[in-house]
Amino acid sequence: MATDVMAEPVVQTGVKIKSELMQQRVRAAQLFLLPMLLALAVVAGWPLLRSIYFSFTDASLNNIDGAEWIGFGNYLRVQTLDSGAVRYRGLLVDPAWWNAVWNTLRFAVLSVSLEAVLGMLVALVLNAEFRGRGIVRAAILIPWAIPTIVSAKMWSWMLNDQFGILNDLGMRLGLLSQKVAWTATAETAMTAVLIVDIWKTTPFMALLILAGLQMVPKDIYEAAEIDGVHPVKQFFKITLPLVRPALMVAIIFRLLDALRIFDLIYVLTPNSSATKTMSVLARENLFDFDKFAYGSAMSTLLFLIIALLTILYIWLGKVRFDGGDR
Amino acid sequence: MKINKLLVGLLTSVTLVASVAQAAELSMVSGDTGNGLEFLRTQLDKFEADTGNTVTIVPMPSSTSDQFGQYKLWLAAGNADIDVYQTDVIWAPQLADQFLDLTDAAKDVVSQHFPSIIESQTVDGKLVALPAFTDAPALFYRKDLLEKYSKPVPTTWDEMAATAKEIQDAERAAGNAEMYGFVFQGNAYEGLTCNALEWVKSNGGGQIVEADGTISINNPQAAAAIDRAAAWIGTIAPEGNLAYQEEESRGVWQLGNSVFMRNWPYAYALSAGDDSAVKGKFEVAPLPGGDGEGSGSAATLGGWNVAVSKYSSDPEEAIKLALYLSSTEVQKERSINQSNLPTIEALYDDADVLKASPFMANWKEIFQNAVPRPSAPTKIKYNEVSSLFWSAVHSTLSGNGTAAENLEGLEADLTDLKGDAW
Repeated sequence: MATDVMAEPVVQTGVKIKSELMQQRVRAAQLFLLPMLLALAVVAGWPLLRSIYFSFTDASLNNIDGAEWIGFGNYLRVQTLDSGAVRYRGLLVDPAWWNAVWNTLRFAVLSVSLEAVLGMLVALVLNAEFRGRGIVRAAILIPWAIPTIVSAKMWSWMLNDQFGILNDLGMRLGLLSQKVAWTATAETAMTAVLIVDIWKTTPFMALLILAGLQMVPKDIYEAAEIDGVHPVKQFFKITLPLVRPALMVAIIFRLLDALRIFDLIYVLTPNSSATKTMSVLARENLFDFDKFAYGSAMSTLLFLIIALLTILYIWLGKVRFDGGDR
Repeated sequence: MKINKLLVGLLTSVTLVASVAQAAELSMVSGDTGNGLEFLRTQLDKFEADTGNTVTIVPMPSSTSDQFGQYKLWLAAGNADIDVYQTDVIWAPQLADQFLDLTDAAKDVVSQHFPSIIESQTVDGKLVALPAFTDAPALFYRKDLLEKYSKPVPTTWDEMAATAKEIQDAERAAGNAEMYGFVFQGNAYEGLTCNALEWVKSNGGGQIVEADGTISINNPQAAAAIDRAAAWIGTIAPEGNLAYQEEESRGVWQLGNSVFMRNWPYAYALSAGDDSAVKGKFEVAPLPGGDGEGSGSAATLGGWNVAVSKYSSDPEEAIKLALYLSSTEVQKERSINQSNLPTIEALYDDADVLKASPFMANWKEIFQNAVPRPSAPTKIKYNEVSSLFWSAVHSTLSGNGTAAENLEGLEADLTDLKGDAW
């Protein structure tokens, strides 16, 4: 095929020669992309296909090679009892699964929206000119640089009801009347997870938005100031629309991350149904229980749900990844 | 990927060298708590000196549920990096296929161990693991405080709660604001299954799934037992107890901040250590019982064993290690230093052991009557049974529904899970 394309341009006119150049560039780009695509296919594509395949089998961890195809049984199957009653079984009608989906969505929406607002605030501050800005910018990245599992464990000790520094501070400052068991009950445990997640990922959000903010030309603000536009109005009419592309991309990164939350929940909360997310439930079924195939079905649905939400978000938000808007 | 390959490469090259030098490089996993890993190291040093082999300890999280997930994954992948596994008493039926049969290797020593423990580690005639120590929990109590308020050692849960409340309130009024009455393991994990099984069994409420496979958990006595425990949270036990595992409860207890604690014997040696605030001030007793029909003290049978992976690259040396770790010699050291209960009957009459852990003299009987968790009848579905059970109990303790409601749901879930047969 390559030789055909090479042979053609000899008889072409100027316009075609340009496209010949383009073609060469595209071929070069493809060549450069090839190793990456191969790596992705091996580390992401193949495991994904395996998971999807296992979700249609009766695989068990003790006997993975002996897995047999059972079709959609893990997702939905109809049982007719001896009494003639019909009941539906499978993942699609499993309340534990939908409870986990709800927990995950609630967590994702809450954490990402709070992080977007806080990230925007931090980015606005960092965008201002002040001494030591470089150091502050580097310092703010520290929570993001700490591995999640480490920060989760660190926070779980800080939040500990007996020995935790937060309770100690609260008691000494008179903010708390008695020690609070932050991670013990379902309600406070989810709040604790939110706090830690926001602490960890706001810097990431802030830096992405900051990059967008720095693209905004300064003269627009000068013009607005001369016209006497109120700073708040400046923010909503100038800043926000102009950083929107960067913000939307930042949000989608975080959304993808938040939907597969695992480590914080696993370390920080008691293993109760009130805080279990999709990933936690899938891991439990895959490894703790003898339900490898069922867990694979969960992983597959998790993948589909994330894909669906991402497509919806890109479509509804008219997100473009080339930096332009709309 | 790369690191794995590197490791495999290293290990194979080591084994190649080792086979020439007649010494093996072994790895064993352990999720021991407290100073358990240090102790294990001292024992392994002796083994190394005697045999010329080297043994590396791979430390694991202390939660038995966490360990299980990891081990199952490694074993399913045929991982040859780990030769010897330290296994919980309940795992034998679930992991039997992945471990070597130790029947022949241990034929001279099995008779020294309690037959019930050997039986628990035997699956379809295959001896899956050798016992390293057994476990049955105790009620740890503050001798000094009970004397101060002239209270007897409680024998029922209600008595325990009343005493705990009284002493806690009096101590708090006296300026000890951190004082609690009782700490136990209330996090949603295997430990809660052990705790709750004791409440239920001691109240005459059966043992979740009976030996013949019938699901017995939905009964008024079981519900009453769990409701009673739910009332402890926030009154005599801290709210945070809902997230405590063994080490967190020991933390509160060992700082002198609790009147009672439910824990395994390992906490005895640690609580009696020089850095402990309760050194010399505490004693242990059998767990309290309920007050219904058929009630009485019940202790969940725990215990740890050593099993040899069938993927081990040097099974012979690995089996030697397993035999060594379950030997009288190590078990004796273990009971003296770690206050772990031996599985070798003769050690209960050993003067050195009784000097270090005087409570053990009474323990032989307690653990011989200990309640097994339903891992034998529910086979490979045990983990899910346990998870459903602890979730129902944790919901009740957290105030989401009464025990009766949650147990009714649990029964339905267990029936579904059971299907035609376990």
